[in-house]
Amino acid sequence: MNERKARGEIVKVSGPLVVARGLGDTRMYEMVRVGEMGLYGEVIEIRGDRFSIQVYEETGGIGPGQPVSPTGAPLTVDLGPGLIASIFDGVQRPLDRLKAEYGDFVVRGADAPSIDRGRKWHFTPRRKRGDRVAAGDILGVIPETPVIEHRVMVPPGWEGTIASIAEGDYAVEEPVAVIGTAGGERPLTLLVKWPVRTPRPVARRLAPVEPLVTGQRVLDTLFPIVKGGTACVPGPFGSGKTVVQHQLAKWADADLIVYVGCGERGNEMTEVLIEFPELADPRSGRPLIERTVLVANTSNMPVAAREASVFTGITMAEYYRDMGYSVALMADSTSRWAEAMREMSGRLEEMPGEEGFPAYLASRLASFYERAGRSVCLGSDGREGSLSVIGAVSPPGGDLSEPVVQATLRVVKVFWGLDDKLAGQRHFPAINWLSSYSLYGDAVDRTCGEKVNRYWAKNRQEAMAILKREAELEELVRLVGMDALSAQDRLLLEAAKMIREDFLHQNAYDPVDTYTSLPKQFRILRLILGFYHWAYGAIAAGAELDEILRLPVRDEISRAKGVPEEEVEALDRLAERARAAVEGLKPSGERS
Amino acid sequence: MRKEYLTVENIVGPLMLVEDVRGVAYAEIAEILMPDGSVRHGQVLEVHEDKALVQVFEGTSGLTPGAARVKFLGKGLQIGLSPDIVGRMFDGFGRTIDGGPPVIPERYADVNGVPINPEARDYPTEFIQTGISTIDVLNTLVRGQKLPIFSAAGLPHPRLAAQIARQARVLKTGEQFAVVFAAMGITFEESDFFMREFEKTGALERAVLFINLANDPPIERIAVPKLALTAAEYLAYELGMHILVILTDMTNYCEALREISAARKEVPSRRGYPGYLYTDLSMIYERAGRIKGRGGSITQMPILSMPEDDKTHPIPDLTGYITEGQILLSRPLFNEGIYPPVDVLPSLSRLKDRGTGEGKTREDHAGVMNQLYAAYARGRSAKEIAVVLGESALSETDRLYVQFSGRFEREFIAQGEGENREIAAALDLGWRLLGMLPKGELKRIKEAYIEKYYPGA
Repeated sequence: MNERKARGEIVKVSGPLVVARGLGDTRMYEMVRVGEMGLYGEVIEIRGDRFSIQVYEETGGIGPGQPVSPTGAPLTVDLGPGLIASIFDGVQRPLDRLKAEYGDFVVRGADAPSIDRGRKWHFTPRRKRGDRVAAGDILGVIPETPVIEHRVMVPPGWEGTIASIAEGDYAVEEPVAVIGTAGGERPLTLLVKWPVRTPRPVARRLAPVEPLVTGQRVLDTLFPIVKGGTACVPGPFGSGKTVVQHQLAKWADADLIVYVGCGERGNEMTEVLIEFPELADPRSGRPLIERTVLVANTSNMPVAAREASVFTGITMAEYYRDMGYSVALMADSTSRWAEAMREMSGRLEEMPGEEGFPAYLASRLASFYERAGRSVCLGSDGREGSLSVIGAVSPPGGDLSEPVVQATLRVVKVFWGLDDKLAGQRHFPAINWLSSYSLYGDAVDRTCGEKVNRYWAKNRQEAMAILKREAELEELVRLVGMDALSAQDRLLLEAAKMIREDFLHQNAYDPVDTYTSLPKQFRILRLILGFYHWAYGAIAAGAELDEILRLPVRDEISRAKGVPEEEVEALDRLAERARAAVEGLKPSGERS
Repeated sequence: MRKEYLTVENIVGPLMLVEDVRGVAYAEIAEILMPDGSVRHGQVLEVHEDKALVQVFEGTSGLTPGAARVKFLGKGLQIGLSPDIVGRMFDGFGRTIDGGPPVIPERYADVNGVPINPEARDYPTEFIQTGISTIDVLNTLVRGQKLPIFSAAGLPHPRLAAQIARQARVLKTGEQFAVVFAAMGITFEESDFFMREFEKTGALERAVLFINLANDPPIERIAVPKLALTAAEYLAYELGMHILVILTDMTNYCEALREISAARKEVPSRRGYPGYLYTDLSMIYERAGRIKGRGGSITQMPILSMPEDDKTHPIPDLTGYITEGQILLSRPLFNEGIYPPVDVLPSLSRLKDRGTGEGKTREDHAGVMNQLYAAYARGRSAKEIAVVLGESALSETDRLYVQFSGRFEREFIAQGEGENREIAAALDLGWRLLGMLPKGELKRIKEAYIEKYYPGA
């Protein structure tokens, strides 16, 4: 960063907000160094000669008269090999290296380069000297981790002929190639910088169609999300938002996960740090950490850095999307991010919108979620990448009418509403099947109809219909009692209960139950619905409902979700046994 | 010699504005010399050019513009630390109030603390046995956790907190254990109750007390949890002690915060509390934890009273979003004479899964816990139906569940104030109650454990 001569002076300090004057031609969103300690801050308002700065660290001990100097650049992140398996704070300081250099606490003024400058990476060229290249073209590759091949791309805006390129071991600041552009020869290093508030460009955006398989039955079967889609998970505390987010980070079949812990608990990030190196990705068999980038700005870390953390995360996610990967970003929680905006807005004495949130809350949220999508990346090979965004929302008191939930719902396509009541009954994931929705259902039905089973959509619709009917019948039972129901209705209630307990309920801490493949999901649901159909037929033929419900095979059905993935065929045999058992109860004349 | 200012301009609530100051920094501590020779303390909340906005800890009553002399000390709020703080009592500004000699500090520490690097945190996994079954079996507490008690006026949270402080132990011995107790705006009687409890069990010699009573200046409450946690961090991370921090009552703390916010005319969010209440609370609660390679730990048990028993009030709500679970007390249970009246269904410990199971408690713990929950929830909802439609409207199984939930409340939730139930005994009790239900109903427990533990099996 080129230091300019302009040197300002602090006139006001109020928490994370500092006002300075004398900063000359410093621009909006430019980074500045504040006070004698040189704390990083960002210009967020300019009124005449008064520059309002949000400071990314505690401002105790800073006062009027102390210096402020501009850096000449907006808030940028380092992009290049070495991001994966790292953990950063909200402004991309590497927490592992900060610990090594500064100890167990994040002290003020601590600084270290985001990407290790000394580490050498083996670069293998994919293009040769004299090739004509344009933005997005892949010049060569680096094995960043055993599962992610880092593709070195021509940065946006560059075009020209390769003047030199060579295989070898490079540190991130050493040029791996020289491109002869219209403006002269430009060396290309592995390390590039990108301003976090500017979306990285793509060639063209596409409608997302392919499901993002999460292994969570209620999500994949009832309320699916697609690669490049957006979802939100609102819920009161204790309803399991973070467990849902962690489950997605573990099992979603994206190539790369960016997990942003934004204003949440320190121990939760520690849990990720402990678990992810140990857990194996079900597809590659390699540790999950090899496909994960972590951003942790816990609730007690400075609030301005929390505001920046989601942008830091999504910029890194876009960088890997540009390589042609499917990337999923989890932000936990966007409410804390919105609150950080509210806090800064309040200190700027802006006119508040709803509940003190700034009037631009909705547009900020929309511009964040809109960075998700499936797209054709820049580059002549026309590769596709996708970026899915899943944001947790923490509404006060679980009240979904509050501004952050409402503004989020206007832009996301999938709503997984967590329910306090279900959590109280220990039904996890506590996703309410009546209020949640997914606008990707049709796209996923088509894909799964081809790839899993052609009855996929039918299964899903029937399960939903049973659950809806259950809610109606329960109203009725509350008024007139169970005895007033017909045997068919009571059977439906039992079927709904089986769907809830034996299918939707899923234990994140059980080694088998934590992940269910789509074929197994389909089989379990088909088994339950099959049981319902056979029983329905048996009742029509004169069998007693209570006898059907007492069948020991029902216990086996309830344990179907514990059948290991390798033995899913066992479920088909179980279905046959269940059918035989139910039919066996028909009065003898009716047996087929 | 530091400059003294005679330029106090405005006094609003707990705040005063000092003009024509130079070289004053944000968060700096000020000394205010009153005309009668007494000294008060304040902290800079905002500096704007030559004006400093100061919050006065002891309150502004008796202050006159022009008469008070203000001196800025060039440092933030600090506390003097040494191993001798154990067994001592301090006020809301960190001065000893037990009549003993002042503590001679080895060093001073800024009370605001510094966030622990998530990379340095050690995940809490060590089971703490409190001897209270609703906590041990259903909402397991582990070392380094922050688990608040959500209570309300008239409920026995002091008795419960004292019982936990008395009985809590880790299934290992020979470790140094201490209690840091921070009282914010509680009554003398309540504080006295804790004193006597600590004294009775000999805990007072290994406790550090920070006391701000209901009639002490409210603004002093702002500093109390920070002082207490700075002391706790010193004892835990430097002296390797295991610390249980009890903060009571957080509602009073938040109200003091609101008072300052209102005096500053800030834009309020819910119910007049400042928009930064979440951030402020997290700076307190997140100071619980463990650090890799350091012996000690800080376990926090904040107590707060919910206005109108309302869990969605901003204070319990934001607390629940930061802490790792909550123990909720229930008035209906208390009215039925059940102690401790822990409302099992909405209570939660988020760290229970790592602190339970084989080698920590017992292999069947998770299953028993989930099954007890599910059965109790079903019994309760069946009971509600029975209230409307009469017992006859219930199926046979549902009637069993209603019986189960009644016995569960009377035998499992309820226990004596002096009763220290071991974890194994509590799990066995759980099995005896689950024995009321047919085996086929126990869907949350692995078959192998049902074979092993089901009564009569």
